[in-house]
Amino acid sequence: MLKRLTPAPLFWFTAAAIAVAALLPLWVSGYVLGLLTVAYYFGVFSMSWDLLFGFANEVNFGPTFLLGLGAYTAGIVDNRFGLPIWICIALGTLAAIVAGLVLALPALRVSGPYFSLTTVVAVLILQNLIVVFADLTGGEIGLTVPDVISIDAATNYWLALGFMVISGAILFTLSRSAVGLILQASGQDKVQAGALGFNVTKHKLVAFLISAFFSGLGGALLVFYMGTASVSTLIDVAVGVQIIIAAVLGGRRTIIGAAVGSIFLIGLTEALRPTGELATLIVSITALLVVLFFPNGLFGMIARRERA
Amino acid sequence: MRAETMPRERAETTVQGQAAARPCLSVEGLTKRFGGLVAVNRLDMTLHRGEILGLIGPNGSGKSTVMKLIMGLERPTSGAIKLDGEDIAGLPSHKIARKGVGLVFQHSRPLRRQTVFENIKLALLPDSLLKLFADPEVDERAKAIAERVGLAKVLDRRPATLPFADLRKLELAKAIARNPRVVLVDEPFAGLTQSEMAAFADLIGTFRAEGRAVLLVDHNVKSVAALADRVIALYLGERVAEGTAAEVMRNETVRRVYLGGEIRTYARAEASFQSAEPLLQVKDVSVFYAKAQALERVSLHVHEGEFVSVIGINGAGKTTLFNAISGFVPFSGEIAWAGAPLRGKSAAAIARGGIVQCPETRELFADMTVREHLNLGGHRLTRAESDERRSWLFDLFPILKERQKQNAATLSGGEQQMLTIARALMTKPRLLILDEPTLGLAPVILEQISNALEHLRRTTSITMLLGEQNVTFALPHADRIYVLEHARIIWEGPPARFAEEMGTGYL
Repeated sequence: MLKRLTPAPLFWFTAAAIAVAALLPLWVSGYVLGLLTVAYYFGVFSMSWDLLFGFANEVNFGPTFLLGLGAYTAGIVDNRFGLPIWICIALGTLAAIVAGLVLALPALRVSGPYFSLTTVVAVLILQNLIVVFADLTGGEIGLTVPDVISIDAATNYWLALGFMVISGAILFTLSRSAVGLILQASGQDKVQAGALGFNVTKHKLVAFLISAFFSGLGGALLVFYMGTASVSTLIDVAVGVQIIIAAVLGGRRTIIGAAVGSIFLIGLTEALRPTGELATLIVSITALLVVLFFPNGLFGMIARRERA
Repeated sequence: MRAETMPRERAETTVQGQAAARPCLSVEGLTKRFGGLVAVNRLDMTLHRGEILGLIGPNGSGKSTVMKLIMGLERPTSGAIKLDGEDIAGLPSHKIARKGVGLVFQHSRPLRRQTVFENIKLALLPDSLLKLFADPEVDERAKAIAERVGLAKVLDRRPATLPFADLRKLELAKAIARNPRVVLVDEPFAGLTQSEMAAFADLIGTFRAEGRAVLLVDHNVKSVAALADRVIALYLGERVAEGTAAEVMRNETVRRVYLGGEIRTYARAEASFQSAEPLLQVKDVSVFYAKAQALERVSLHVHEGEFVSVIGINGAGKTTLFNAISGFVPFSGEIAWAGAPLRGKSAAAIARGGIVQCPETRELFADMTVREHLNLGGHRLTRAESDERRSWLFDLFPILKERQKQNAATLSGGEQQMLTIARALMTKPRLLILDEPTLGLAPVILEQISNALEHLRRTTSITMLLGEQNVTFALPHADRIYVLEHARIIWEGPPARFAEEMGTGYL
């Protein structure tokens, strides 16, 4: 059973990569650590998104709706009531799950392109609400939270890495489990999955809520790392697209690929910083080429070769 | 404990205890309307344990709809579907499946990235979110099922690498895995060779031996005759005959539906066209869809001005043949049009060259008016030509003139078919391909379309290739007939000889 779960070379490669990542604070600058910390959080967002796209076969254009709710709820609770950080984080996660349920219940009835459109609209509504209730949310200027988890770059880095590794392990196991198999069947052919006795809507809904849990938790943790939250860094549709591109770049249906894609994307943007305005363009073109010519992504190509 | 894990011995004793007393499945006054179309009309039907019932009917007769209604893939408009006395009509399909109804899909749709083993295992899993890992006995049961259907050797292969017959067995394995009381099998033998059919029939026979109730849904009596204990024939949503296969085959109504009562033919001898080389020459054409061979070395020819009918039941390969000619599917072999090969030409170029197809699905634009459809068909004609052509078509199909401003979606089925033909004729084709124009149409409409085709034959030089399963409709409009069965041409000749040589064997 374990052998089936962990294709040996891939497992050892991943373990080695995590070990190297864990030792990075020993010789890497604080600036790079900060960059990777954010990349790891976005890795979790991408992995959560892959559960929906790769397995449930639903394109969610609103990953930022979920993570934004987690981040803003946690931040506002901290701002207003000064509750302990872990309670703020728990409340943020809860808010993402509840909002996810409210959104997904009606949206999954229409699955397919209409589901996707619903999720885009959810992001736009959240964006508007944040601007309308500016006195609570900080509006366009952004929200500043008084507390942070830690001011030590290495601590924050390890927390983000640990969060990503644990989330990744859970999501990966889930995707390879019996439940993951039913989810894939529901995504690939809902008529046949129904005829086999599976409640397709239930499975997709739970997948969405799991996605909401990790996105909301990640968003809440992120806000206490950055100390701020703003529409342009967390909510904007462009941020969502970045999460999606990372997952596709890394490789659909691989979960781990999504995290790799996220780190790669943020790393590439940083490496191209000297090119100035061109950086975004080059990253976008790279993403476009990968999607067009390697739709299985970087990790998908490796996994396929191993299988063959 | 779930019903699926009930040991087989117990299942069998229960069955014998209640044998034949009460029907396992009973359908009462089942009706399904799609808008104005009545697909199934007040149907009554029973199915007992250990019985194989054949539900047959031509395309559009409502048999597939009945199957979907039982499985819960469509909601009935009214009526009851009782499974051991419990009404399951209108429940979602996953609930019906859990109550003990299984469906063997005609088209295999396995999980592509999983192995055969995992595909069977999927069907054995409970609908639970908490069971992350399947019980260990699930693996054993999946292997046992694979053994039973003959997939034991290919357990670790992916579906894409399997031959077509194995994919069908996989569908059967998935149905067995749910241990259903009622098994619905959609077109059990479509696309299988003779020996594969025998193996498949044996497997379905074991369902009966286990006391399951089996419903075979198929086009004609012949294919289910050997297996079915009883046959019900449907036509236009109503039951027209019931009995043993032999009785149904002898039934007058059934014969009329499939063969037509009195067949009139007006064939012109082929010799009268043989002045030149054929306009369309199809030679040794084969087409594969993934694993399934849809056409096998098919050859036929059509002369300029000739009306040729290709007769075959659904799934025989008619549409594939027409799509190969129209350039929609890749093929091996040769197709020549007016002496020049068609290979490598785009579908658009072939259409501009004068071959126009009226597909069986009609492909009308729901929100465009009749007039707009005709204008679209005539977009390459000059204003004057277009006007003249249109008024000629309005003479041919007067009803379309009245309907000019209506959207296609609001037309009746017959009017839609007329519009499809009219739109094709607007392009001034040299060869008109009609794919099952009679699909789901009432006899009175058939007569109108029939008259229009006869008018075309007498007054124009147009060439026509007609694909039909309705022999009554096909024969009068044919100078020559080809019969397509299981992807091959099995007969060719004039319509007069068809009735003698093929007529009875065609039910």
